[in-house]
Order: sequence, then C-alpha cells, then structure tokens
Amino acid sequence: MRPAALSALTAALAHTGNPSSLHTAGRAARRTVEEARERLAAAVGARPSEVVWTAGGTEADNLAVKGLFWARRTQDTARRRVVVSAVEHHAVLDPAFWLAEHAGAELVLLPVDAEGVVDVDALRAELDEHGDTVALVSVMWANNEVGALQPLDEVVALARRHGVPVHADAVQAVGQVPVDLEASGVDALTLSGHKVGGPGSTGALLVRRGLQLTPVLHGGGQERGVRSGTLDPALLAAFAAAVDEAVADRATHAARVGALRDDLVRRVLTDVPGATLRGPADATRRLPGNAHLTFAGCEGDSLLYLLDAAGVEASTGSACQAGVPRPSHVLLAMGVGEDDARGALRFSFGRTSSADDVDAAVAALPGAVERARAAGLTSLVGA
Amino acid sequence: MRVLAAMSGGVDSAVAAARAVDAGHDVVGVHMALSRTPAQERTGSRGCCSVEDASDARRAADVLGIPYYVWDMSERFEATVVADFLAEYAAGRTPNPCVRCNEHVKFAALLDKALALGFDAVCTGHYARVVDHADGTRGLHRAADAAKDQSYVLAVMGPQRLARAVFPLGDVVSKAEVRAEAVARGLSVAAKPDSYDICFVADGDTQGFLRRALGEQPGEVVDEAGEVVGTHDGAYAYTVGQRRGLALGRPAPDGRPRYVLAVEPVQRRVVVGPAESLDVAHVRGDAAVWFGTVPPAGTTCTVQVRAHGADVPARVLDADAGSVTVDVAGAGLRGVAAGQSLVLYDGTRVLGQATVAATRTAAGLAGAGLADGHA
Repeated sequence: MRPAALSALTAALAHTGNPSSLHTAGRAARRTVEEARERLAAAVGARPSEVVWTAGGTEADNLAVKGLFWARRTQDTARRRVVVSAVEHHAVLDPAFWLAEHAGAELVLLPVDAEGVVDVDALRAELDEHGDTVALVSVMWANNEVGALQPLDEVVALARRHGVPVHADAVQAVGQVPVDLEASGVDALTLSGHKVGGPGSTGALLVRRGLQLTPVLHGGGQERGVRSGTLDPALLAAFAAAVDEAVADRATHAARVGALRDDLVRRVLTDVPGATLRGPADATRRLPGNAHLTFAGCEGDSLLYLLDAAGVEASTGSACQAGVPRPSHVLLAMGVGEDDARGALRFSFGRTSSADDVDAAVAALPGAVERARAAGLTSLVGA
Repeated sequence: MRVLAAMSGGVDSAVAAARAVDAGHDVVGVHMALSRTPAQERTGSRGCCSVEDASDARRAADVLGIPYYVWDMSERFEATVVADFLAEYAAGRTPNPCVRCNEHVKFAALLDKALALGFDAVCTGHYARVVDHADGTRGLHRAADAAKDQSYVLAVMGPQRLARAVFPLGDVVSKAEVRAEAVARGLSVAAKPDSYDICFVADGDTQGFLRRALGEQPGEVVDEAGEVVGTHDGAYAYTVGQRRGLALGRPAPDGRPRYVLAVEPVQRRVVVGPAESLDVAHVRGDAAVWFGTVPPAGTTCTVQVRAHGADVPARVLDADAGSVTVDVAGAGLRGVAAGQSLVLYDGTRVLGQATVAATRTAAGLAGAGLADGHA
C-alpha cells in the first residue's frame, strides 16, 4: 500500500463510529467519509455527490451494468440491448451475459481490431440501427491485459446522439493516464482502490448527476439509496488518499514506468525469437505500465514457473477461479490464434519497479522461452 | 533435486509434498486440472476433480511455502483415460482408469513436461516403495502398508519412468500415520475422506455414465449351453465375475448362483454360469512392461489381477518383451476380466505388468469372446 494510504488508514482506524449514526462518534466517522468523498471526487473530475462507494471495482461494474440496464428498461421497456466491448473485464462481461441469460437483455459484443481497440464503426452501425433500443454502452478506459486505450471520446459522442448512457471501467487507467469524469462525458465510471496502491475491497462508481440507477444491494439506503451497506471510514480515507496521490504523481510515474516498459519491450523483441508485442504498437496509445507479449510455441504457465524460479514475476494475463489457464478472451477477440494465445505474458510496471527488474526479466526470458518451447504445448493432445 | 509434487488436494499428496520439502528438495506443487467443467465442490468420495480440491491443494502448498501451479491436463486426460475407459467397456473388457492415468497422464504427460522444464523428478502420494537393489537396479516394491499398497496401479510406468518417481509415503505403516502427520503440519486436508470412486464419474454412478455415453444396446443373457435366460440393456454394464444385478427372471435349474462368465459386445450377449466356470487356470497378458530381464518360463512368482485383489501364487509359462502367460491353477482366482492389469511380483518387488487379454478356465473352457491365445 502507498505510505500515504497506509497512514490515512491507520489514523482513521483509531476511531470507532458508524457514519450513518447521529451520535458524536458517528458524526466524526461521517466527516471522515465525506472528506474522503470530496478528496476522491476532486482527483477525478467529479462532484462529491457523484461518488457511490462500493466494495471494489467488481461491485461498481455490476452496479453500472445491471443498475443502468434495469433503470433504463424501467423507463422504456424497448431498451433491452446491452452493448459492451468484447475485451471488457469479466466484471463487466459476466453481468452482461447474466442479464442476457436471466433478465431478458440482448447482448451485443463490440468487436476490436488486432490491437485490441474497440471498432467505433461497429458501434456507429449498432446505434444507427438499434439506437432506440439500447439500454447502455460499456467500454473500458483501457484494457487490463493488452493495455489498449479505448476511443471513449468517440464512444461518448455516438452514444449521446442516441441518448444512451456510457459506462467506463477505469480501474486500470487511474494514475496511468488522465481520468476526468466531467471532461470525458462518460456517465458512469468505475474506480478501484487496490490498483492505485490503496486497500483491497474498496471501489467507487462515479455516477453523473441525474443518471438513474437501480440498486443492486438493497438495505439501509446508504449512498443515496443506490448502494446500501455500512461504510468503513478508514478504508475509504485510505482509498481516497491513494487515488489522490496516484493522480498527483501520474505524469512523473507514467514517464518513469513508460521508459522501463519501452526498454523491456525493445530488448525482448530483439533478444527472444518468436516474441510478439500484443496491443497497440504505438506506446502513446497504451497504458504506460503495461507490456503484453506472446511467445510462439510456449505455454504461459510454463513461462510463469520458469520466470518465477528466476525471480521474475509476471502474469499470464488471465486466471479463472480454478486457476486453469485458458486462452484470454481479449487475445481471441483480437484475432490471435488459440495456440499463440496460450503463450501470453503480461508484465506490469508499478511504483516499485526498477531498471534492475527489466534487466532480470531480459536476462531470464531467452532461456525460459527456449525451455518452455521444448516443454511444448503439452496439454494439447498428441503434442 | 528439483521435484514437482503432484497435488490432488487430498491428504496423501499434501503429506508427500511436505516430506519432499523436508528431504531438502526444491519442491513446486502442481495440481492437474483434469476436467474442463469441474464441479464446485467435491461430492461423496471423489477426491481430485473439483474446484474445492484445487483450492485445497493450493492451501496445502501455501502452508508448505512452496510455489503452486495448476496445469491443464484435461484434453490429454479426456483423450486417453476417459476415451479408453469407454472404448474398453464397449469392447467387453473391464478397464482400470487409474492405471491408464498413471500410464498416459501422471507419469507421461506430467512427467515429460516436468523434465522438459528442468525438474528432476515427480513426487506423488502413492503408497509404494522405490528400492535401490544391491545389483544397481532400482525396483518398484509394495508399500509397507499392504492394505494401502498401490504398486498394482503404478507398475505400468516401467523402469525408466520409475527412475524419475518419488513416493515419500511408501514406508508409512498406516493411513492414520499420514493423517496424524497432516494435523501436526497444520494441513487442513488432514481429515479429508479418502477417494475410492472413479474421479471423472461425477455422481459415482458408473453404470449411468456408461449408459449416457454408449447408449442402450439391449441384448440377451445366455447360459453356457446358449439358452436365453434373460435380457440386458447393454453388455458393457457387465463385468466378468459379476454376480449382483443380473436380474434374471428364472433361477438356475440347480438353484445355484450364476455369475457373468463372458461379455460379448458384438453379439450383444452376456454369458452366465456357475462359479466354478470362473475358476481361472491360465492368464495371458499383453502390452507387457518389465522392470528387469524378462522372466524365463518356469519362474515362480505371485500375481495380482485386480486393484485391492489378493496376491496369488503363479508360475510363468511363457514370456517375452511384449506378453506373458502365467499358470495360476489351484490359486483360487475367479472371474479375471480382460482389460485389468496383471502384475507379477517376486515377494514385494514388481517383476512386471501386462494387460489381461485372455484367460483359460480350469475346466478347459475358453469363454466365448475370451479367445485363448496360447496352447
């Protein structure tokens, strides 16, 4: 956790009190929560009243997709189409699939190009044809696996023309690229604490004033009745402190990790045969801290083991609950073949990443790739 | 050594991995995902294929402080173990899927991948011993706890793969010892029930599984004289030596119990008869695997022909690199089903194994479908 978040957390933990209570301790707790709300809002171009606290990005995404669908369909029963990009995080995709299966929604997956960028023409065609029956559009600010920044300006402009609200999952983007609710024109925006060095199980949905949202969690009516549940002032203070600092440091942080990332990519593409960069080739169109590579003929989990044994931590980019590696839906949507998609590695650069980390990865990768290639795609029959 | 510990999520493999760590090895835990659509929770006595089992394995690895990975072996498992299981039943034989899993998955695909990634050996929670003999050879031996011994299902791996296998539980004297050790080590799987059923038959209903996969194939149940004594929905549901579940309308003329003598899937016929017709004199196995030189004719040994079956005296009639015939007359072996493993032992040491291809009964009657391959 960021030191600023940790100190905000521990300072607030010393005080008890339910921010919904009217007694003195409750008032103090409420003050902590509201100051956190103001701090968070100011950091991301929102008004305090537009912040709905949640227990993480997943809950915020669920609230956006389901809450917008139900609210819009209640206003106009014809609005049943849920339009989401094919490369959304599962926290958006799965609620959308669930609505289609259980709540009468029609799911529309927006295709992406080979770099993982949403096809705006496909959205235009969808809205031209079905604009008056679309309940919402959800396109992430930046893809979590391949780092592609999405054309939200165009998405918002198209959706506005048809009166369709836009949700964007900005979990990956905050602290990496400028994120501003007001300037973006997005109607609902998902944030998460742990991605910016804040505590886990903290998140928020920024909801533009006037936007109707049907609650997912019913209960005591906290958060304007949109999200019931007792709030934890300490966690929220830490969350807001983390976002505030991440946004303040963004430019220097992005420049630093971007340089590390560019160095890694350049050296890996030179040193490792069969390595392919996935996501936008133009570094300015991807998250600065993200590098995503596939290694032909390798299995990602073999590489993961070999790199981990060499002290290099990476991820395969996707994991399911049983931990069984599956080819990433993002890569498949980009048109990457299933075999190539199995050999995927994502390198994320953060506050503690250093040039030494890049050197270690570059030193370990050629041997690891050669060995993983020899081990082959063993889960494939006959391989 | 760099050791890959196969961790099913059960207590045996967890304690085996712990012992490998204690032995000073560099251990990495790997859970094999064998199903593309795993159940969330374990049911009944199954013990390896659910999401719950995968998280139990992860939890054990965390307690041991070793890295943990899930490797997807589901396609390999489906294409070898499950497909073989169905094909064997469809052909009137009785497969042992654990043997096939050891042959094609654990000590093949998993071991090969481990070696390719730089591991020296694969460690499992099997109950069997690896013994280095005075003559420099390495042997597979029965476990110290005869009741838990699993050398029968391991023999198929052969000597080359045995050289890369580590069985830390071979000297354990009882399962209670393993459970007590798991408690002492703080492993939460200490009290997890043993698994007995076939892991990929989700509800434990093997007959239902076969029926769904192979469809109904009704036919006749006949006695040794060929007289029809009943009907069935699929010959694959019957195993040589089976007595229960025959559901014959008429009792035998002499009133004695009848057993399945032969399963003839092509004719969709099941042959039944009295117990003594199951008495086996000779057993022939093919796809033989030897742990040393091929034993010469006349070698006396013991054999086991089914998992948890008795060890009975036998004499080698004929053996070569790929097949073996043993004489077990008078040993009291009944109802030896084709498809099972025939494992030959010298004391506790495994000499070799083969897959039962045919038997000759004591009465000299070769059951239909059990084409007798030797003189």
